[in-house]
Amino acid sequence: MKWKVIGFLALFVAALIACQNDEDLEFARYYSGGMVIYQSKCQNCHGSDGKGLAALIPPLTNQSRLKANKSSLACLVKYGSKTAINPAAKTFGGEMPATDLPDVDIAKVLTYVTNSFGNKMGTINTEQVEKNLKDCK
Amino acid sequence: MLWGACKFNDEITRLPIAGNRDVATKVVNGQTVTDTVYQTIPDFKTVNQYGDSIKSVNLDDNIYVADFFFTTCPSICPVMHRNMLKVYEEFKDMPDLKIVSYTIDPKHDSVAVLKKYADKLGIEGNRWWFLQGKKEDIYKLSSNYLVTFPVEDAKEKFIHDGFFILIDKQKRIRGQYDGTQPDSVQKLINDIKILKAEPEQK
Repeated sequence: MKWKVIGFLALFVAALIACQNDEDLEFARYYSGGMVIYQSKCQNCHGSDGKGLAALIPPLTNQSRLKANKSSLACLVKYGSKTAINPAAKTFGGEMPATDLPDVDIAKVLTYVTNSFGNKMGTINTEQVEKNLKDCK
Repeated sequence: MLWGACKFNDEITRLPIAGNRDVATKVVNGQTVTDTVYQTIPDFKTVNQYGDSIKSVNLDDNIYVADFFFTTCPSICPVMHRNMLKVYEEFKDMPDLKIVSYTIDPKHDSVAVLKKYADKLGIEGNRWWFLQGKKEDIYKLSSNYLVTFPVEDAKEKFIHDGFFILIDKQKRIRGQYDGTQPDSVQKLINDIKILKAEPEQK
């Protein structure tokens, strides 16, 4: 009986570790892929440190803003923006260009951005991006 | 001792002078003197972000850094001006240093657009000018700065290189720096200090 319990516990722990590893693995895959995409598609404007450029290009360092707009980030990356991101502050009036990235790459780059520059929001996977893209305004 | 001091003065580090050069012979005080004539930036006519007419004479007695850009540039311009801001900040207290950015898209980049761009970049006063001129003139001028002649392109709009060019008070080219590379821009900052120390640049 005692060994059964220990065996069961060991199995349970092993399963837990395996599970976590799967999650970690998914995150690592998205994050590292996203880093490469960020460097080629986003970094020129938003900067290697995500700080943007003065009031011309918005920073990506504000986690509470990213969190508040989490479901529309995919739309922003895919379709760009023609209007001021923050009209109240009269800044960032320039356009953000649309990208031709496939959904999986949008998910990767969003995972990178939302987990860099002081942000820590976890994985944004392809399924989430597909779902969010259906609700673009 | 005095002679020694003079000699020491003459051994200061100098930046090279770029561009074509020619030899001119002229008569000074009855003696024939042969001297090197260096390539200089020719006169130009532009308008800055405040709507003021800016000609090359407005840069007399200034060391200046020039670049070519356009406000809707999707590729290298944000990188260039992120780096140029470092130069701007570094020499805020140097009264005889200016920065001039010529737009290569004057059709879109009107005075109002340039002013808005400057405001958003946080640029005030007359230290950094954003200049609009006739397109043909600016394109031609770019070759005097020894940068690549801009090429119009459907996707990127305009293809140009991201060089910062350092011009001395005699309007000679003293250095070219890749404005997209932080290391290169740091070299520009160091070179401005070296140039400023040359006796002809006081």
